[in-house]
Amino acid sequence: MKRRVYLAAISVLITSTAPAQTIAITDGTVHTVGPNGTLENATVVIENGRIAEIGTDVDVPDGSILINAGGKIVTPGLFSPTGQLGLSEVGAVDGTNDAIQRGDDFSAAFDAADAYNRRSAIIPITRIEGVTRAAITPFADEPDELGNTSRVLSGLASVVQLGDSGDYLTRRGAAVVVNFGEAGSSVAAGSRAAAVQQLRTALTDAREFGQNMDAYDRGDWRELSVSRADLDALVGVLEGESSMIFNANRASDIELIIDLTREFDVNAVIIGGAESWMLADELAAAGVAVIIDGMGNLPGDFDHLNARLETGGLLADAGVRVAFGAGENTHQARNITQSAGNAVANGMGWDDALRAITLAPAEMYGVDSEVGSIEIGKAADLVIWGADPLELTSYPEQVLINGESIPMQSRQTLLRDRYLQTDSDKPPAFRN
Amino acid sequence: MMKIPRCTTVPLSAVLLLAACERGVQYDGPAPYSSHYRPLPSEATILKGATILTGTGERFDDADLVMDDGKIVAVGTDLDENGKVVVDASGKWITPGVIDVHSHLGVYASPRVNAHSDGNEATAPNTAEVWAEHAVWPQDPGFVTALAGGVTALQILPGSANLFGGRGVTLKNVPGQSVQAMKFPGAPHGLKMACGENPKRVYGTRGVAPSTRMGNVAGYRSAWIDADDYRNKLQSSEKGQDEAPKRDLKLETLAGVLDGEILVHNHCYRADEMAIMFDIAKEFGYKITAFHHAVEAYKVADLLRENDTCAAIWADWYGFKMEAFDGIRENAALLDRAGACTVMHSDSAIGIQRLNQESAKVIGAAARVGIDIAPERAVRWFTSNAAKALGIDDVTGTLEPGKMADVTVWSGNPFSVYTLAEKVYIDGALVYERGNDDVNPVTDFTLGTSALHGGAQ
Repeated sequence: MKRRVYLAAISVLITSTAPAQTIAITDGTVHTVGPNGTLENATVVIENGRIAEIGTDVDVPDGSILINAGGKIVTPGLFSPTGQLGLSEVGAVDGTNDAIQRGDDFSAAFDAADAYNRRSAIIPITRIEGVTRAAITPFADEPDELGNTSRVLSGLASVVQLGDSGDYLTRRGAAVVVNFGEAGSSVAAGSRAAAVQQLRTALTDAREFGQNMDAYDRGDWRELSVSRADLDALVGVLEGESSMIFNANRASDIELIIDLTREFDVNAVIIGGAESWMLADELAAAGVAVIIDGMGNLPGDFDHLNARLETGGLLADAGVRVAFGAGENTHQARNITQSAGNAVANGMGWDDALRAITLAPAEMYGVDSEVGSIEIGKAADLVIWGADPLELTSYPEQVLINGESIPMQSRQTLLRDRYLQTDSDKPPAFRN
Repeated sequence: MMKIPRCTTVPLSAVLLLAACERGVQYDGPAPYSSHYRPLPSEATILKGATILTGTGERFDDADLVMDDGKIVAVGTDLDENGKVVVDASGKWITPGVIDVHSHLGVYASPRVNAHSDGNEATAPNTAEVWAEHAVWPQDPGFVTALAGGVTALQILPGSANLFGGRGVTLKNVPGQSVQAMKFPGAPHGLKMACGENPKRVYGTRGVAPSTRMGNVAGYRSAWIDADDYRNKLQSSEKGQDEAPKRDLKLETLAGVLDGEILVHNHCYRADEMAIMFDIAKEFGYKITAFHHAVEAYKVADLLRENDTCAAIWADWYGFKMEAFDGIRENAALLDRAGACTVMHSDSAIGIQRLNQESAKVIGAAARVGIDIAPERAVRWFTSNAAKALGIDDVTGTLEPGKMADVTVWSGNPFSVYTLAEKVYIDGALVYERGNDDVNPVTDFTLGTSALHGGAQ
């Protein structure tokens, strides 16, 4: 009985909000992750899918759809900072995986966003847990059956919104992904130094190209080491328009990244960063951000010898921008809350941890003017939580993306509901 | 050929003694490959004023726990503290030590370099002759990080490349110099079997059987026919009716299953495959102790209950391969509701550190559909039910008097993400205390790194 009442309440929300409507969420404990901090008994007004007002003394426009949060916690939508949502349906089914480019192309320009499938069954599974935006990141992997290998550069990462309507892309080509450390060694010439050399050559050529583009296009310039498309992608990095994401874990690789960041003046983000806590101050000084797996504390390889659970807190305390991956970042992107919660258990401030799964990744991909916090003018990605969002026993009661209440339903909830019906005489296939 | 001498054995160690007996050799000391585990020194201890989940489904608030001589003495209020080390546990929660039925620590040790890849003898679809314990590297830092997650016992299994992967071994999580020093005294061996995609992929891509699920099933049945034949010959020879067959390590393991001395731990994802495996067990007269991974167990929860077979599962892994596509977070909740033996397992050096958190995910998912799971119920998934699946529930897995004092003290409710294991006792000895370098083990491999204790500080 309890369940029926609950579902009925939610269905009101589902049918009542569309992007163009004015919505007011009232009586929320609103963690804005913005200048307004945390507000009790607060109201958030949404107009045209964007946040129009926030405060404890807000006039709700006439005709607004009202959602009473009943004192519950409201946060910005969560932001998965890495992974292959929409690029991978079933890990071991090759035809459903589109995040790896192998072969001869030097793949700075490989644009996986063109393979994005917004109708993936994984997306509703993820968003009903509060994740509203995700970076989709190409990556390097083992050679395929024909011996084609991944490259030092994996291609372009983009940011997507997980709602059903509107443009799925928040930002195309927000970063170029680079493989350093053991991953870089395996795709370069057997040494991580070779990966560094390839990147340095490509960036140097791209800088030359950027300064002599007209001559290059006229054919009055020497041939450069990578294709025109790759040069364009790298010029974006050199001009600060997009970030450069480095897969790296060992402290020595991280030191090298800090040096490269200064040499080429790029906005660097490290994914992995197992030993990043050893260089927290240096990373802060260089403005290099880190996406960590908050639960990785074992030396999975020699790049992870000093992995530990306190990394998130140590980095945040030093002033490093931190975001959390979830270990397996596609199907389990929803578990970024677990990473954040474990970081808090191991010394990170709660507000820092919430920032690490909302605003911090938005900043890393240059979309923080659009999403990541509850601020006037930003997209209305909001989550109303039953309890503390970092607790695993807690769950979202409603998720809004661009001001639209998404159906709190997924392929998994359909399976659940089918097999909850134990009183049926019919086989499961007939329980609809 | 020499006849096998008759040996008097206790059931749990029968398999170990068989090896000595069959060679006609009598040993003065312990049988080869037997446990050399000795508990660390302990003192009579009282933990006072805690919330205690006993693993039997009960909860005591503001209660005490007394341990002495390595055993649980009592759980209750106002217990006598005379002559005991008194530990203030107010505000803490106490549970039986965490037990993981599915680990590859030591056989896929950190660092995960090729030289440490010892979990899958993927050279033939039936390698029932191999034993995981012959490859366990006790210096795996993962044992220590698991300890920091409250884990007191764990089963190390071979991988799932083969139809029959070999024998698993249950360990006390007290890092020792050899696997024998960690073996859980008296614990039965497990036999790892695997359904589905893995065996048919590993061998099918090499152009040998099995390449289909049909081939998988034919492989199991053929092996059981051989095992049955071997067992009949052994039994005739014991009656003096026939010569003993030459020892066969593979068939010895399978015969141990038919004798009920080795427990079947069957990697199996899909509901329909579990139903087939039950028929094979019926055909050859053995019991499936547990299905592992079992992401679709919720679809056949009644079948599992009727066969008294546990489902050892993750909270939420899904989607990484086709047979894992239908995984749901409510799996454990639906199994538990149906009265099936529900076990939370890890299959992961990271996951083993947080079986409490994995269970918390299920509690949250179940609450969404109005199924309320109390902490004293969920704790059974990684304590008493896990002990049952390993055949050690008569000696550990709950806080009942007389059982081994395998105990975890948590900083708070173990189903909160903010809670950490603070103290871990194994056989009454304090083996781990958060932040106390004088107590905590450090593996040889971890020495010299900045993140001592494998990162669990």
